[in-house]
Amino acid sequence: MTSWLQPHRLLLLVVGGLTVFFLTVPTLLVVPMGFSSSQILAFPPPGWSLEWYQKAFTDPQWTSGFANSLQVAALTAVVSSVLGTLASLGMVRGRFPGKNLVNALILSPLIVPVIIIAIGMFSLYVRWKITGTLLGLVIAHSTLAIPFVVVSVSTSLRTIDRNLELAAQNLGANPARTFLRVTLPLILPGVFAGALFAFLTSWDEVVVAIFLTTAKFRTLPVEMWEQVRQVVDPTVAAVATVVLTVTTTVLLLAFVVRRQSPVT
Amino acid sequence: MRPVPPVPLARPRSGRRPSGGRIVNRWAWLALPTIAFLVVFFVAPLILMSLRSVTDPPNAGLRNYAEFFGSEADVRVLINTFYIATISTIVCLVIGYPYAYLMNIVRPRVAGLLLIAVLLPFWSSLLVRTFAWEVILRDTGVINSILLNWGIIDRPLTLMRNTLGVIIGMSQILLPFMVLPLYTVMRRIDPELTRAAANLGAPPFAAFRRVFLPLSLPGVIAGSLLVFVLALGFYITPTILGSPRETMISRFIADQVQQRLNWGLASAMAVILMALTFVALFLASRVVRIRDVYGALGDES
Repeated sequence: MTSWLQPHRLLLLVVGGLTVFFLTVPTLLVVPMGFSSSQILAFPPPGWSLEWYQKAFTDPQWTSGFANSLQVAALTAVVSSVLGTLASLGMVRGRFPGKNLVNALILSPLIVPVIIIAIGMFSLYVRWKITGTLLGLVIAHSTLAIPFVVVSVSTSLRTIDRNLELAAQNLGANPARTFLRVTLPLILPGVFAGALFAFLTSWDEVVVAIFLTTAKFRTLPVEMWEQVRQVVDPTVAAVATVVLTVTTTVLLLAFVVRRQSPVT
Repeated sequence: MRPVPPVPLARPRSGRRPSGGRIVNRWAWLALPTIAFLVVFFVAPLILMSLRSVTDPPNAGLRNYAEFFGSEADVRVLINTFYIATISTIVCLVIGYPYAYLMNIVRPRVAGLLLIAVLLPFWSSLLVRTFAWEVILRDTGVINSILLNWGIIDRPLTLMRNTLGVIIGMSQILLPFMVLPLYTVMRRIDPELTRAAANLGAPPFAAFRRVFLPLSLPGVIAGSLLVFVLALGFYITPTILGSPRETMISRFIADQVQQRLNWGLASAMAVILMALTFVALFLASRVVRIRDVYGALGDES
């Protein structure tokens, strides 16, 4: 029988362990750095303090960035989950020519290099006078987030039992009522998970935001980007830890939601 | 958390179903608002930018492209971009293949944990992860502090502001895009096949090399092309961890716009980058469905 004590399998385990380390530990190192008592980012921290967290939560630059990011991400989640769900219904249930092309269109924001998206949008949004506005950034982030909603909702749509809908219709429900009372509740976990992924897409997005924001209206990642390139005091590490905490919480929530999707 | 479901990797026959009547059914109209939204706010900017590469300055024609390919320094940026993308892809493959293989042979519960280790970083801010590498790699960073404290070195090693730093950071960030296609393909390989080879007397490595490895090649190709394509367009990581003298194309494009306001040249370079991306992606889509890769990133139903 195969055993984990065979040399090549042991080697595989070691390599796997090192890879998990490589994937996770470097990022987590910013956490202790944010609690450092040092004025610079020194490792190991000479002592501990909450000074940088205090700064992160009181300095108006950071707090307004935080508020702006939350706002943009929440609105992006709403806009892209509505548009993404509609698109999923059209793509999974719909029949029309050029479907492969539309599929490519919907997924293309995942693939086109983000710097191209950023300068392209900047160049056109300037003419429409929506750069530096909440509206402009929410629109931009929604285009980036829609693919994640579509992937999530389409999966839900494919797994639901269509007999339930037929049963509702046989019992006299009209199409709208069937959708609202049967289909929508069944795909809701997929929609909700998609909305959370959309939130994360916007929450972490920096390149498009660099071009579409101004000093008056900045998101947290853009503020971080400005700081990282100039002075690096441990405040950035504290903010990075806050960003990671929000991301991880939302992600775990998304996984829990998806897990509860109805199994047919 | 359960591992990724097996997904069909074969390309579906292009959507010609036996149509029962109308070509367009009622559901199809629901996709229309989203299509319109993406065309106006996503496609239009890209088209306009492509046009700008031949109209800025007025009547530029192909001058921007000629300027780019005529300048040795500019072409070097392109070559450097290819070089870094290639090395990052190789590093990801070398690390990602054994990892995906391990995911494939451990118990489902352990595979789920290994999958989380890939998904959590994928969704964590790219900027934060790059910043973390800066904290680790710089002269006064974690690695140099430890090595200096232990007396292993007496001058800090230069681990960033060079190609090495960029490749370390990019490989870590891109690794999920290698592992997921590999794992998806490996899961579909019938374990009985390698077992049969072993029963017929093949030594373990031969069974792997002659049976498993060839069957996993679609995953290797798809993962490599995907990582390569994404690496071509990296901006944040090379800008923070790399040397200003060896920039990658994204940084070059951004600098042309932000510092020199040279929209024509920036647009021309963007068109070149976009063309390269589409070619590589078209090749990848011959082997694997792109949406399956992204589906696996968030989805575990």
